[in-house]
Amino acid sequence: MSSLPAVLVIDDEPHIRRLLSGTLARAGYRVAEAANGRQAIEALPQAQPDVVLLDLGLPDRDGLELIPAIRKQSRAAILVVSAREATEQKVTALDLGAVDYVTKPFDTEELLARVRAALRGRLTAEGGRTGVTAGGVAFDLVNHRVTRDGEEIHLTPKEFAVVAELARFPGRVITHRQLLDAVWPLEHERHIEYLRVVIRNLRQKLEADPARPAIVVNELGVGYRLMGAEG
Amino acid sequence: MSDPDRPDPDALLRVAAQEGRGRLKVFLGAAPGVGKTYEMLLGGAERMRDGADVVIGVVETHGRAETEALTRGYEIVPRREIAHQGHVLREMDIDAILARRPGLVLVDELAHSNAPGSRHPKRYQDVEELLDAGIDVFTTVNIQHIESLNDVVASFTHVRVRETVPDRLLERAEIEVVDLPPDELIERLKAGKVYVPEEATRALAHFFSKSNLSALRELALRRAAQAVDTQMLDYLRSHALAGNWAVGERIVVAVSELSGSEELVRAAKRTADAMRAPWTALHVETPRQQHFGEEERRRLAAALNLASQLGAAVVSVPAETVTEGIRSYLAEARATQLIVGKSARSRWFELRHGSVVDRLVRSTPGVAVHVMPMERGAPAAPRQRRRDYGSPAAYGLTTAMVAAVTMAGSMLLHILDLGNVALLYLLPVMVAASLYGRWPALYAGAISSLAYNFFFLPPTGTLTVQNPENVVTIIVLLGVAVATSQLSARVRAQADLAAGSARQNAALAGFLRRLGDAANEEELMQAVCAEVARLLDLRTVMLTMSPDGPLLRAAFPPEDRLETMERAAAQWTLERGLPAGRGSDTLTASDWLFYPLKAAGGTIAAIGLARDDAQGTVRSDQIPLLMSLLDQAALALERMRLRDDMRGVAELRERDRLRAALLSSVSHDLRTPLTSILAAVRELRQAPSPALIETIDAESQRLNRFVANLLDMARVEAGAMKLGVEPVDLTDAVAAAVHDTRATLDGHAVRLDVSPGLPLVRVDPQLFHHCLINLLDNAGRYADPGTPIAIAAERSAGSLALSVLDEGPGLPPGREAEVFERFRRLEGSDRSKTGTGLGLAIVKGFAEAMGLSVEAANRGEPRGARFTLRFPEALLIRETGEESAL
Repeated sequence: MSSLPAVLVIDDEPHIRRLLSGTLARAGYRVAEAANGRQAIEALPQAQPDVVLLDLGLPDRDGLELIPAIRKQSRAAILVVSAREATEQKVTALDLGAVDYVTKPFDTEELLARVRAALRGRLTAEGGRTGVTAGGVAFDLVNHRVTRDGEEIHLTPKEFAVVAELARFPGRVITHRQLLDAVWPLEHERHIEYLRVVIRNLRQKLEADPARPAIVVNELGVGYRLMGAEG
Repeated sequence: MSDPDRPDPDALLRVAAQEGRGRLKVFLGAAPGVGKTYEMLLGGAERMRDGADVVIGVVETHGRAETEALTRGYEIVPRREIAHQGHVLREMDIDAILARRPGLVLVDELAHSNAPGSRHPKRYQDVEELLDAGIDVFTTVNIQHIESLNDVVASFTHVRVRETVPDRLLERAEIEVVDLPPDELIERLKAGKVYVPEEATRALAHFFSKSNLSALRELALRRAAQAVDTQMLDYLRSHALAGNWAVGERIVVAVSELSGSEELVRAAKRTADAMRAPWTALHVETPRQQHFGEEERRRLAAALNLASQLGAAVVSVPAETVTEGIRSYLAEARATQLIVGKSARSRWFELRHGSVVDRLVRSTPGVAVHVMPMERGAPAAPRQRRRDYGSPAAYGLTTAMVAAVTMAGSMLLHILDLGNVALLYLLPVMVAASLYGRWPALYAGAISSLAYNFFFLPPTGTLTVQNPENVVTIIVLLGVAVATSQLSARVRAQADLAAGSARQNAALAGFLRRLGDAANEEELMQAVCAEVARLLDLRTVMLTMSPDGPLLRAAFPPEDRLETMERAAAQWTLERGLPAGRGSDTLTASDWLFYPLKAAGGTIAAIGLARDDAQGTVRSDQIPLLMSLLDQAALALERMRLRDDMRGVAELRERDRLRAALLSSVSHDLRTPLTSILAAVRELRQAPSPALIETIDAESQRLNRFVANLLDMARVEAGAMKLGVEPVDLTDAVAAAVHDTRATLDGHAVRLDVSPGLPLVRVDPQLFHHCLINLLDNAGRYADPGTPIAIAAERSAGSLALSVLDEGPGLPPGREAEVFERFRRLEGSDRSKTGTGLGLAIVKGFAEAMGLSVEAANRGEPRGARFTLRFPEALLIRETGEESAL
C-alpha cells in the first residue's frame, strides 16, 4: 500500500474535500483529509503525504502561514488550491515554497495534471532534472545542449539559463523572481522586461508558432512554466 | 404701473408675513407722564381676564404707587443683570422670555437703548425678535422717539432725543394713543406725578409748555391716524379693492456729505410714506469726494446707512458734477419726485457756481423738486480739504521751462517780433497745466509774464511797462494760463473719475471671471473670500448654516475659528438675512461685520468682513462695490447649488437604473444557468447522458464568468484599484486570454495577427487579462455562428492598438460608445443575447484604470464590430538595453 503516492487534502468545505478525495482515489492516490490548519499539522506524521492540496481560506489560520509549517515537518510538494486569484497571493505562496497554484473553480483534469507534475518534481530529488523533452525539444542540462530531432538549437547563455531553470522542474511555475535571481544574480532591480525579451527570443527558436506558445507558457503576473514535458 | 384690479403682491406679502408673527400694540403718548404704562398694564390685565398667558418683560413704574399696584397679579420675568463699567444694569431678559413663551408680553419704553453687551443695542429690536417668535407684545413709546418725526419734534421743542424707533414698527402695529389734555398733564407734572430725570428738569420745563404739548398731541394723533390709514391701504391692496393712492411715484433723495443729510433722509422717508412710493437715496460721487476728510466720509456713510435702514434703495453714481449725476439718474430711474437739501452756502459760492437747485429745476422737467433747508447743526469739523498744489519738482521744472523759453526767445529775437515771443510763453503754461494741474499752471503764467516783462519788454531789465499795448499781452498771457489750467484740471478730474469707474468695472469683471473658474462650492467660496479681501483690502470669512450652527467654509487669509461673539453675529445674519456685527445695529461688539448672501431661496451664506486695525470695516465709497460683489457672489453660489442639485438628481436616477438593472441581471443571469444545471442533474438521476453533462459544464462556466464579472465590477465601482503594473508581452496576454476562453468561444476560430516584435506594454497583467477575456467573450456572443474572431495588434505613431474583431450584426450606428455603459445591451439584432451587460463596462473600467483607452466601432468588410484597446506611448517599453541584458 505504501507504494501508492499519498495526497493530503486540506479544505474546510466538506463538498470540496469529498469531490477531491473521490477524484484522487480514482486516479490511484492514497488520500487523507484535514478541515483546518490544526488538523492538517496533526495529520502530517500519520499521512506522510507526497503532495498537499492546500486551501488558503481556512477557519483557524491563513493557509499561507501553513506553507512554511508544513515544509518544516514534511517534504511533501504543496499545491495551493484557492478561490483567491490575486497575483500577489500566488507569488507569495510560490515564494514561500508552494510548487503550484490552482484557482477555484478548477478543472479536475487540470488539477490531476498539476498533481502529477508536482510528484514528478518531487521524485527527481532536490536538484531537479538533468534532462527533459518537451514539445519535441530535448533539453540536456548537463551538456548545455538543446536539440530538436537531433539538430542542435543555438541558444545564448542567458536563454539557456532561463530555459534550464524551467526544465529543471517541468510543468511547475517558476516565478519571475526565481528566474531573475537565477539568471541575473547581480542585478538588484527586478528587470522583468529582460526576462520578457529573453522568453520572446526563446519562443522564436523553440516554438512551432511563437504567437501561440506551447512550450514556454506564461502564468499571468506570476512566472513561466515548461509545458508538454514527456516522461 | 400695476393693474388696479389685481392684488398688489407686496401688500399680500406684508399681510402674509403677519401670519405666524406676534401682534404688536403700541401705546403712543405725546409726552412722558400721559399714563402709557398705566394704560398698558390695564390692557394686559384685560387680556389676562380673557384667559391669555400674559407676563411682564419690563415695566418701569418709576415708583408710582398706582402703577406699582397694577403690576401685582402679573408674572414678571426677572431681568438680566449686565455689568458695565462698574454699574450693574438690569435689562429685559429676552432669552428667558423666549424660553417662557407667553402669549403676550408687556415691554415698556420701546425706544430704550440696551446696555452694551446685550444682543441688540435697541429694545425695539428685542421686540421685533419676540414678534418674530410669534409672541404678542404690548409696548409704550412717546411721539418724539418716532424716527421720521424726530426732526419735526426737535424743530419746535428744541429738545432732541437720541433714542429713536423706526417707523416700520408702527406700520404693523395696532396703535392706541394715550391722550391727556395739555392742562391736565401740566397739572400732573406740578403734582410730581411725572417721572423726570433730575438732570433734565430745566430742559423739560420748557418742553412741557402748553404749546409744545398741544403740538405733540396733534402729532401723535396724526401719526396714529396715518398708521390706521396704512393698514387700511394694505387691506385694500391685498384684497384688490379699488383704492385711491398715487401710482408710479418714485422718490429720489440726493444725499451728500453735508451735516443735514440725515434729516433730509428722514424727510424723504416721510414723503415716501405719505405717497406710498418706493424711494431711493442717491449719492453722486464727484471728483471732489477724493478730498473728503474723515468726518465727511463718516457723515455720508451714516446718511446712506440711515436711508437703507429706513427702507430706501441706496445708489451711488459717479459724475462730474452733482447736477449732472442727479439729472442722469432721474432720467434713468424715471423718478417723479426729487428731494434735495439747500445748503447754507455763501452768496459768493452761489454766484460763482450757480445754485445747484436752480440748475436742477431747469434740467429736470417733469420732476417735482422738493427743497429742504439744511440745518446748520453742529459746525462741521474744520474742513481738512487737501488741495493738490503740485509737488516742488513740478514748480522746479516749470521754472526751468520758462527759463528755457526765455533763452530761446532771446536767441530768436532777431527773427521774431515781441508779440510772437509772448506766444512762446504759452508753451510752458500749457505744458504745466496738462502735466501738473492748476497751480503749477498759474505759477507758470505768473513767472512767464514776469520774465517776458523783465527780459523783453522795453525797458528791459525792469518790471515796468512802457507801451500800454504790452500790458494787454501780459493780461492775455495770464488769462490763457488761468483758462488752460481750469480746463486741464477738469479733464484730469474726469479722467480720474473715469479711471475709478473703470477700476470698479474691471474689479467686477475680474471677480466674475474668478468665480467662473471655481469647480465646486468650496472653491467658489474661497474665491469669493479671496477676491473680496483683495478688492476691498479686508479680511474675509464665509459661513453657511449647518445643523450645528454656522459653519466656517472659507476664509482669506486662512482662519480656522471664530470667537463666540462672531459666531453669534454670523448666526444672526444667516437666520435673519440682515447684517450683524461691527457697524451694523446688532451684536456690535463683534470684531467682524457680517453681510448675508441672499438668493431666491433665502440667505445662503454669510460673509464676514474685518479690517486688521479693527477700525470701521467698510468705507462708504466701498459700499456700492461691496454690494455688487455680494450680489454676484450670491448669484454664483446659487447657480452652483442648482447645478449640483441637478447633477445629484441625474446621479440618483442613474443609480436607480443601475440598481434595477443589477437586480434583473442577477435574477436572470444567475437563475438561468442554475435552472439548466438543476434540471440536468435531475435528468441524470434517471439516465446518464453525455449531452446533459455538457450542459452542466457549460452552464457552470457561465455562472463562474458571471460571478467573476460581478466581483470585477465591484472593484471598478470601489474605484481604488490596486494596480500591479509590470512589463507584459502582448503575445503572452493574448495567448492566456485565448486559452481561458476556449470553452466559451464555441465554434469560433481565433485568428491572431499579433507580431512578436511589438514593444512590451506596462499594464496590470491580471486586469488586462480580464479585459481581453471579456472582449473575446463579447465577440463570441455576438458574432455570427462559425465565423472567426480576429485579434490584431497595430503599431502606429504614438500608440499601439490591440483590437478584437468579430463578424456579425455590429453595433447600432451612432450609439457605439454606449456599449461600455453598465447593463447596456444594445439591440442591434433581433436575436436575444445572453449577456450580463457587465463585460464591456468592466473592460472600460479596467482599461481606463491602467491608462488605456477603449473604442468601439463597426468594421467595414466583413461586417461586424471592432473593439480596440489603445496603449498610449507612455505605456510602451522601447527595446533598449536589451543587448546588455542578454
